[in-house]
Amino acid sequence: MMMSHWIIAPVVLPALVAALMVITMRGDLVLQRVAGVASTLMLTGIALALLWAATTAPPEAYFLGDWPAPFGIVLVLDRLSALMVALLALLALAVVLYAIGSGWDTKGAHFHPLLQFLLMGIGGAFLTGDAFNLFVFFEVLLIASYGLMVHAGGGTRTRAGIQYVAFNLVGSSLFLIALSLVYAVTGTLNMADLAVKLPTLPEGDAALVRVAAVMLILVFAIKGALVPLQFWLPGTYANAPGVVAAMFAVMTKVGAYATIRFGTLVFPPSLSATGDLLSSLILPAGLVTLVVGAIGVLGASTLPRLVAFGAIASMGTAFIAIGAFTPATTAAALYYIVHSTLATAALFLVADLVTRRRAHPRLEGTAPPIAQSGLIASLYLAAAVAMAGMPPLSGFIGKLLILDAFRDQTALVWSTILGSSFLMILGYARAGSRVFWKASALEAQPNDTRAEPLAFAATIGLLVALAGLTVLAGPITDWLTDTAAALYAPDGYITANQLGQKG
Amino acid sequence: MEALVASAIGLLTAVGIYMMLRLRTFPVILGLTFLSYAVNLFIFVSGRLTVNAAPIIGRTEPYADPLPQALVLTAIVISFGMTAVLMIMAIGGNLEAGHDRVNMSDTDDDTPEVQS
Repeated sequence: MMMSHWIIAPVVLPALVAALMVITMRGDLVLQRVAGVASTLMLTGIALALLWAATTAPPEAYFLGDWPAPFGIVLVLDRLSALMVALLALLALAVVLYAIGSGWDTKGAHFHPLLQFLLMGIGGAFLTGDAFNLFVFFEVLLIASYGLMVHAGGGTRTRAGIQYVAFNLVGSSLFLIALSLVYAVTGTLNMADLAVKLPTLPEGDAALVRVAAVMLILVFAIKGALVPLQFWLPGTYANAPGVVAAMFAVMTKVGAYATIRFGTLVFPPSLSATGDLLSSLILPAGLVTLVVGAIGVLGASTLPRLVAFGAIASMGTAFIAIGAFTPATTAAALYYIVHSTLATAALFLVADLVTRRRAHPRLEGTAPPIAQSGLIASLYLAAAVAMAGMPPLSGFIGKLLILDAFRDQTALVWSTILGSSFLMILGYARAGSRVFWKASALEAQPNDTRAEPLAFAATIGLLVALAGLTVLAGPITDWLTDTAAALYAPDGYITANQLGQKG
Repeated sequence: MEALVASAIGLLTAVGIYMMLRLRTFPVILGLTFLSYAVNLFIFVSGRLTVNAAPIIGRTEPYADPLPQALVLTAIVISFGMTAVLMIMAIGGNLEAGHDRVNMSDTDDDTPEVQS
């Protein structure tokens, strides 16, 4: 057991650092910044080590309090959870640096502790092997996200935050009902134990299992902003501080991750009670989500709102690939999820660079040119190219992989993905020309000349990561293909839980 | 007893959903509270209804399932905390906007303050 206790480090480290920040570093921003960066750097190191361990060794479980599964809570490290934790850590590093560079963390109390609590919640949600524990980590990440969402305050932001909280409380209630149904039918909430017990259930319980499966997918669809449950996202992301919106790019992926995990481990296509129920719901919803997102990109009234709709479109694309539930499509989905997390975050950061410098955030009408317009415009171009899925960046490869995995469904899937990409290219080009070109037609001088080298470095760092994802696409897709194959043969994951063998 | 508990859960859910669809934050919060009560009851009965049974093996036969009781404690604490957060945010929104409507009009959407 090579990694043993390190598996819980992505949960414990941010939790400890956040608590220390609140208790001992209250009001000392410099110390909080140092602790935040140090913690995130350590998290990145741990996440990369876990990624290496998950690649070289079979899945490994961590038994909390050494209680045997399925009675105690387990965390399970496999290739998928290690990948998502590594993605989270990389994104968090960029977000922390951007928050420091842009001064967002000076505009309200407790930015850094809240961010660490958010990392704890998301990391735990990726690692846990227990369905009820997944709910608890969802709540941890949500309550931290409520605080971050209304960071820096303001009437509009607070009221958008109320909608966000109310909507997620309903989602949590649905989650609890679904989990109670699962427990009432199977008598267990350990995900590996569920995978073993569900196929052996009597025929009469199949209807309850189906209801529970659909309700769980509804909850994950709320998190993943899948149509018709996407309407909370534009208002939330557009009104949240730009740097927080960038961090939220990985929160929609929690929904995608949970869908993949439950769709392959707990309710696999081979389970007779659910069969292809999940894919028959998710695939059409993903297609509609993509179209809604693309139209939103074309019609958005502000730059943050445009990126929010871009995020919806990217979730649509990811859910199309997830919804097919075959190893090839899941591998493509994983590549696209990694890409779209980084690309969405980069574009949110660029949008934040623009809106903080510009006289008003609306796309209609002109505003005086902004400081460092040339550099920001080229960053916008790169991020928009990635989001729209044009060559040379990884969005193109991601969409190509998805198209390739859907060779047998060209009519519907290919036309939707290609048509929506066209709409999004138009939308990004329209927004870019309005923000950068119309402004340079005015002769006015920018009134705000902040340098913010660290903020630019963070944004460029995300774009460099996208370039790396493009250059290394070959080895990465090979790795993801193995990951997807392991997801559809979950014996290793189940064995790691040592069900009924541990004394 | 099953019919009584089931109809109680149904009634709480119906009241919760009705109040959640109101346009002011206070009824919405009350509605969410009712919904969480319904959910808590539902979790509790997912371990089956038993009368005069201890959740300890060996004391009574049949014994009550202790796990849903632990789960419902977790759920109660979480929903309590979340309601408190929502309450504080509702008060903050009410103070800043001067009213407690939940819906946002097109004019006040999308104008995050630009601070220098």
